[in-house]
Amino acid sequence: MQEVITVTQLTRYIKRLFAYDSILSDVCVIGEISNFKLHSSGHMYFTLKDESSVIRCVMFRSQNQYLKFKPKDGLKVIVRGYVSIYEAGGSYQLYPEYMEPAGLGNLYLAFEQLKHKLEKEGLFKSEAKKKIPYLPGSIAVVTSPTGAVIRDIINVLFRRFPNAVLKLFPVQVQGDDAARQISCALDFINRHKAADVIILARGGGSLEELWPFNEEIVARSIYRSEIPVISAVGHETDFSISDFVADLRAPTPSAAAELVIPEKEVLVKYILDLRLRLKKAITNRIRCERLKLEQLMKSPAMRHPLDRINQRKMDLEIIRKNIAEAMKRRIEKEKGTLSVLCGKLDVLSPLTVLARGYSITMKDGNIIKSVRQVHNGDKLDIILSDGKIRCIAEGE
Amino acid sequence: MELGLSYEEAVKQLEEIVQLLEKGDIPLEKSLELFQKGVELSAYCARKLDETEKKIVKLIDADGECIEEPWSLEEEQ
Repeated sequence: MQEVITVTQLTRYIKRLFAYDSILSDVCVIGEISNFKLHSSGHMYFTLKDESSVIRCVMFRSQNQYLKFKPKDGLKVIVRGYVSIYEAGGSYQLYPEYMEPAGLGNLYLAFEQLKHKLEKEGLFKSEAKKKIPYLPGSIAVVTSPTGAVIRDIINVLFRRFPNAVLKLFPVQVQGDDAARQISCALDFINRHKAADVIILARGGGSLEELWPFNEEIVARSIYRSEIPVISAVGHETDFSISDFVADLRAPTPSAAAELVIPEKEVLVKYILDLRLRLKKAITNRIRCERLKLEQLMKSPAMRHPLDRINQRKMDLEIIRKNIAEAMKRRIEKEKGTLSVLCGKLDVLSPLTVLARGYSITMKDGNIIKSVRQVHNGDKLDIILSDGKIRCIAEGE
Repeated sequence: MELGLSYEEAVKQLEEIVQLLEKGDIPLEKSLELFQKGVELSAYCARKLDETEKKIVKLIDADGECIEEPWSLEEEQ
């Protein structure tokens, strides 16, 4: 009678078999990805398939975070990992720990290695990037002389700025000699200072077709270039090493033509606008000043400048009148007083007394006030109101 | 006739002058001076934009010499 075991025991047995198998515990498999799902947990779930078989795969986040490319459906890859049992699902699965694109593996590796190397050397540093001139006098374009790229660049460029200057340096943009030609073109343009800015352009293509723009010799020529370089290689989503080294990356060749020069019409309008504002501003200013002046001219001070003087004159007249009147009054008053005094004087005047019959008796120039002052025989002058009588005193 | 000013620099100076004049804080004589300078700058900028003549050439390396040859899209394609 055979031993009866549980499902779990069976599953565990199978799992152990796989784990101990030297091939299944470390296997490299090539296949095409399908049903790819990136879970929110970060784990990747997909199946690898070929013409007749499929195997489910799980690549955990801890491993897939190091992937240098984005796996997607239809991509042929080589994975290295182990096969094990998913107990709860009763299925076997492949657990990749490493993954790389099949066939292109070498190229991707080379790309990453060169990118890493040049980045470390500092070729991608933003401080090393030069400013693209605002209004370049001439624009050099390094690209193929045939095809859509140069056509698009020319169309966009001259539409934006009809009197621009474009200098084409034709090169191969794919193939074995392309990288050398591109590098020489860049060096040549720099040696002869042939332009103010360089556009390096190439249309879309596969990694192999775009490869010359990932070559070290091209990267170094771009870095060496004292003339600013705009790199426009492939489509928006293609990033090449020349894109990283260049002073500016354009997502497409047409975009490069837009980035390299402003629209002339916009500039012309702007200058006209500035000139208009200039004229308006100065006109307003002058008008302001003129108004101010007119206001000032209207002020009473300007229209009747003598007013103040006349006012003062009038004040002076009034004062003068007042003084004159005061003087008059004073004189009258004094006259009055004088009159009174004169009257009094008159009353007290000896002449008035004399007129009433009194006389003044004088002896030797002295006025006699008493009989005792006179003796017999004294010569006396008797002064009357109308004259003098000479007498001799006879006794009492 | 300013020499040596790039288009960018000239426009920047012109913008500054316009702003100053619009603000109006400056004495009248200075305003007139600035207006004059502004007019010169705007003429200079307009000239600069027309400085180049449309040209498409091919660069040729001729024994170390750089030669420019007229080139057109149609020729090549």
